[in-house]
Order: sequence, then structure tokens, then C-alpha cells
Amino acid sequence: MNITELPDIQPYSLRKAEKEKLLDSTLTSLSRHHYAHCAPYRKMMDGIGFDPQKDYHYSDLMFLPVKLFGGMELCSVPKEEIIRTLMSSGTSGQARSLIFLDRETASNQTKILTRIMSSFIGTKRAPIIILDSDSIIKDRKLLSANAAAISGFSLFGSTRMFALNEQMELNTDLLVSFIEQHANEQILLFGFTFKVYRHFYKELIKAGIKPDLSGAVLIHGGGWKKMENESVSSEEFNEKLNDVCGIRRVHNYYGMVEQTGSIFMECEYGHLHTSVYSDIIVRRTHDFSQADTGEVGIIQVLSILPKSYPGHALLTEDKGILLGEDDCPCNRYGKYFRVTGRIEHAEIRGCSDTYGGNIN
Amino acid sequence: MILMAETLTDIEFLFPKEPGMDDLGQIPGEEPFSESAIAYLDALAKILNKDPRTKNYPDVITFSFFCRKGNLLQLKKKYLHENCLRLGRGLVFHIAPSNMPVTFAYSLVFGIISGNANIVKVPSKKYAQADIIINAISGLSKERRHKIFSKRNALVSYNADSNATSLFSSICDVRVIWGGNATIDEIRQYKLPPHSFDVTFADRYSLCVINADKFNSERSPEQLAAGFYNDTYLFDQNACSSPHLIAWLGVDENVEIAQRKFWNTVYDIVKSKYILQPQSAVDKLTTFYYQAVHLHGIKKTFTPDNLIWRIELKDLSKDIDLYRSYGGYFSEYKATSLKELSSVFSKKFQTLSYFGFEKEELIQFITKLKPVGIDRIIPIGQTANFSLTHDGFNLIDTLSREIELL
Repeated sequence: MNITELPDIQPYSLRKAEKEKLLDSTLTSLSRHHYAHCAPYRKMMDGIGFDPQKDYHYSDLMFLPVKLFGGMELCSVPKEEIIRTLMSSGTSGQARSLIFLDRETASNQTKILTRIMSSFIGTKRAPIIILDSDSIIKDRKLLSANAAAISGFSLFGSTRMFALNEQMELNTDLLVSFIEQHANEQILLFGFTFKVYRHFYKELIKAGIKPDLSGAVLIHGGGWKKMENESVSSEEFNEKLNDVCGIRRVHNYYGMVEQTGSIFMECEYGHLHTSVYSDIIVRRTHDFSQADTGEVGIIQVLSILPKSYPGHALLTEDKGILLGEDDCPCNRYGKYFRVTGRIEHAEIRGCSDTYGGNIN
Repeated sequence: MILMAETLTDIEFLFPKEPGMDDLGQIPGEEPFSESAIAYLDALAKILNKDPRTKNYPDVITFSFFCRKGNLLQLKKKYLHENCLRLGRGLVFHIAPSNMPVTFAYSLVFGIISGNANIVKVPSKKYAQADIIINAISGLSKERRHKIFSKRNALVSYNADSNATSLFSSICDVRVIWGGNATIDEIRQYKLPPHSFDVTFADRYSLCVINADKFNSERSPEQLAAGFYNDTYLFDQNACSSPHLIAWLGVDENVEIAQRKFWNTVYDIVKSKYILQPQSAVDKLTTFYYQAVHLHGIKKTFTPDNLIWRIELKDLSKDIDLYRSYGGYFSEYKATSLKELSSVFSKKFQTLSYFGFEKEELIQFITKLKPVGIDRIIPIGQTANFSLTHDGFNLIDTLSREIELL
């Protein structure tokens, strides 16, 4: 199939057999494409034993660890075709990943994000409150992962307002007047989980303000790692927000800069969903075989979008559980899952204090 | 210099509990292998053997064996020169590695047996092995005849922001820094007195050489594989002496047979004993791809799972030491000779573990080819053993001074 054309399919409309057929051909084509156009990727695949002639089941395609993008520049298009470079926030001690986007991949990311989001919040543009500071989105050419996410979600806004100033303080006056001004519309809120909690929820409590956001939708993501100190579960998070502003529709999402666009949205039942453009496979440490439903393992993520860089099949450093497929009570088809945390930092014996650290 | 009580507030004294180390900088050295030191260490070995916890820790058992009088007398014979006057240098400050449970204790023993007073920085990570040993040392301090050693030795623990390193560095005669390189760089910022010096154990790279012709006629490959396990997986393949490159010598078809037999035997042991951590599995995959990009023509050899990763090298490259992981990741190369192997050695190379070579061959290898690096040539299975010679230093000679008498 032609990988330049996105399949014109609704995000949660394919059952297992049809979806696998789509992913087998698309993802295998992508592996071949990167094999042909990205020299380092080709060397990796030659080493591990990828056969470009063979038709693979997508679950058998070789995946790259996300950390690899921090160690080298992986790009499958000529440098002059790159219009934007995304940069991961980089966890402590790790090199920042660079993700190279050409026009086509960038535009496909936007299209797919729009389709996924529309299926949750409708196609009508809404006033959007970004629970962050606008200082984060200054450089258009080299975008941080956070800035890319804000820019992406801003597309759904008819008008946009940043609720935090540069000192990360909540501008309550601006917030209240924006909400009043759009009292008859469905307001959209977007932010990173820990910032929503720390700079929105906690600040509202402190200020004693309870804005009416009962008709609004909050989309938040970016991971729970920084929330560990707060010891707040996902359910408590939703309850607390509901208490302070009456908001009922809160959707977490799981995504990463290496696969921007094809995010995994949380449904009304608290399950993260794969769309027809993406998939996850939970893998066992022992041999990277597929874990059973309900078994914790390392999350592999797949996306049909990455064409300008070889990021279509990636092994994350997150742990998760596959909950089921095609049978979520929310009626969306596809796999649904839960992320349970990061894989533990290995406690390694030995006299060398530098291990696994040759990637830099 | 006297250690004032107020300068020591952020230092935890694990032994002795009440620091009475006045005039530490003025402590005279003793003769190496003094009777009192041997008696003290032998008594320590006895206490360790009596502790019921010891049997659970092979590294504590090995350590206690090292401290026995019989072993020390043998070492005395080997290391003490006749007609030579030697005394310990005075005060040795040891900075032990954080990921090794008993290295601090060996370092202390090297200091004691060479005739010195010692301050040892113990890893801040809690290890049961360290507990057992410190407990034994504390017990001994109650015995009057060993009292002097409580005055001459201290085990300490402190945080990175403490000024302890600066303080101890300023009064020691020798500073022993167990790596890695980052630690060495950091510690070296602290000044030593003009007459003092550092003994550093930097990050190293190690390899293993197997003669396939000999291996195929080996009667107990299981024993050899068990030894290999102890050299590697026992320390997550992250000790300096753990091999990352496995070189095979011999006739082609013998090498193939030997490889299959060797790895199958190793696999059985790893499978029954080793717990692979998720991070380790991901890091092996990451290292492999990184290696594939930089080293031409490498191939992953099929293995049933992630416990053992075998990487077949097409060529030997000078930067082979960069492409290493841990927890069971081995680059393999079929070499034509030891000479060919030695062409990629660098100062970073430490231990060459071997099977199927005659001593004479190995002596010739050193004297004729004069390889860069390689401080130890050790049979498979013994690479983790401590000796009084480490990274090319004779520790008795290094930690003591020779007095010239004409």
C-alpha cells in the first residue's frame, strides 16, 4: 500500500482482524521505507536480521528502544526537507531525543491528532485554555515535546488563552473573565498532568476560587512521574478537579514525542485506547515475547505516522498492562491498556560506575 | 593534625563508634605482615566464620578465607623481600566503590597488612555483607590484644556534600580511589599533602580467550561454565574484570562446536540462577543497535531469549571497548592468534581470562608482544578473586616505604 496516504478510517472503527491487516502492510512498508532511506537504521536491521523482502506480521517487526533517538540522529528524508525538529524533554542523565519532521509527516500528525480528538470532543472548534505559560512555545523550528503538544492541541481552539504567566503563576482574573466570556460554549482545557495539578488545582484551592467548568473538557498528559510525590491516583485526580471547578469530562492521554499525533486517549472508563493508526504490544523482559492480557510488561508502541524518521515501532521504558481488545464498555474498538509506571532503574553490581551509558 | 569533633559532625563513624583518632596524620607505619596484624586478621576470619549469616554470602566467605593466617603467611612469603627494611607509609585513605559490597573490606585489609592506619569510606548503599564485616570488626575491638587496630582504623560513611573527603585527603599519606573514572576525577580535586600520592583503579575493559581445540576435549565444561558465570553474571557483568569480548582461537570447525557447547552450558546456569532486569534487557537491545551502526557487519547470533546476547564481530576494532553492555552481552570474535587480539588492546584493558593456554605461551605473549594494557592474565572462573597485586600495583610495595640502609 502507499504509505503516503493515510487510511480514511474512523479512529476506533476496526476490529482486530481488519486492523491487523492494515497494520501488517503499513508498518512493514514503513520498515522497508526506513531500511531504504535511513543508513543507520539499515545497519541496525542488517545486524538484527530484518529481511526487507519478507512480509512480516507487524508484531514481529523489529522495534527500536526510544533511548536510541537520544544517542544518534535518525532521519529518513534529505536534511533539506526537514521543516521542524522535535526535542524530548530528556529525563535526568539521558541525552535529549531529536525527532525530524518533513512536511508530510508533520501534516499527517496533525490530521491524525485531529481525527482522534474529534471523536472525543466533536469537530467544532472551542475556546481553549492552555494550563501553561506561553513562554514555552517560542522557537518554531526546534520544538520541545511540551511545546509541540501545546501547539497540536491548540488547533482545536477557536480562541486560545494561556492561564499561567512566565513564573508559572495562575492568572485567576484572566481565567475567570475568559470563562464568563465563553459561558455558552464548550470550553476545552489542555495541560500537562503535574502542572494541571500543581499550578491549576492547587492554586484554585489556595485562592478559594471555584470557576464553573461543568461543561468543559480537560485533556491532560505527559505522564505521572512528576506526580509521584503528590501520591494522587488518576481517580482522585479527576475527583479533586471535579470538586474545585465542577468539570466532569477529564481525559488523560499517553503519548510521546517520538510518536506525536497518534496518541492513546483515555475513555470514559479510564482505559487508554489504541486507535486504528496505532497499537501497543506489552512485552516480557525475558525474551520480548508478547505478554498475556493482564500481565505487566514493557510497552512497545506502534504508529503508522513516522515516515521522516524510523519511529514507527518503538520499545518504551514504560511498564503497562493490556486490559483487552475490541470489548471496552465505551464501545471503541482496538486494544485498551493501562500504564503502570517506568521500568525500574536497574540496581547493578560491579565496580564500574558507568554502565549502559555509552550512548551519548 | 587532629580531627576536631566539630569538623566531623556530618560523618557517620561505622567503626569505631566513638572517633578517638587523635593525631591521625602522625601515625607511624608498622612493618608489613607484622605478627600482630596477621593475628588480628586471623581473629577477624574466625568471627566471620562463626556468624551464621556468612554462609549466605560467597563473597564474605571468600573474604574471610583471604584473612586466614595460612593464606596471609603464604602471601608474606611471596611479597616480603629479604634483607629489605619496609614500614607502612602511615595513613591510607580508601574510597571504596559504591556498587561492590566487600571491596571496602579488602581495601582495609591491604592497608593493614602493608602496615598502615586506615580511613575507609564505605559505600553509602546498605549491603548485608558490609554489615556482617563491620559487625565482626566491632566485636574484635573488645579484645584487648587487638585494641591497637581500633585506634588505627576507621570505617566511615558520609554524603557527597560533606567536607570529609577534603579533610581526609589533607592528612593521608596515600589515597586509594576505586573507580569509576568520574569518581577519580572528582576526588582528585581535593589536595593531598606534598609527599602523598593516589593509587587509582580506573574503569577497565576485560576479555576472555578460549582455545576451542582444547575446549572440545575438556571433560568438565560445566565447571568451566560455572566459573564463567562467576566472572560475569555474578556481578551483572559489570565488574572491571568481567569479560565483554570473547575471543575464540582454533580450527574453524572446532570453534563452531566449542561455541555451541560453551554457550549452551552457560545458558543452563544463567537460566537457573540469574534474574534479568527489564532495564538490562532494554539496554542490551539499545547497545546492540548502537554497535550495529558503528561497527561494520556485526550480527546478532540467535539465542532463545534475552539472558545471553551474543554479537558476532566481523572485524576487531580499536574502539571495541565502547560497545559494551551489562547483564550478559558478549561480543565474539574468531581470532587467528593472541597477536591479532593484542593489536586492539589499550591501557583500558585489564583482565585477560583464558582457557586452554600453557603458562609459557602466556609469558611469551607478554614478553614478546609487549601488549598495551592487560594487568591480569587469569584462568576463567578466578577473575573476581582479590590479590595483593591489583591493576599492576604491588599493593604491599606501593603502600609501604623502603628504608635505605647502607
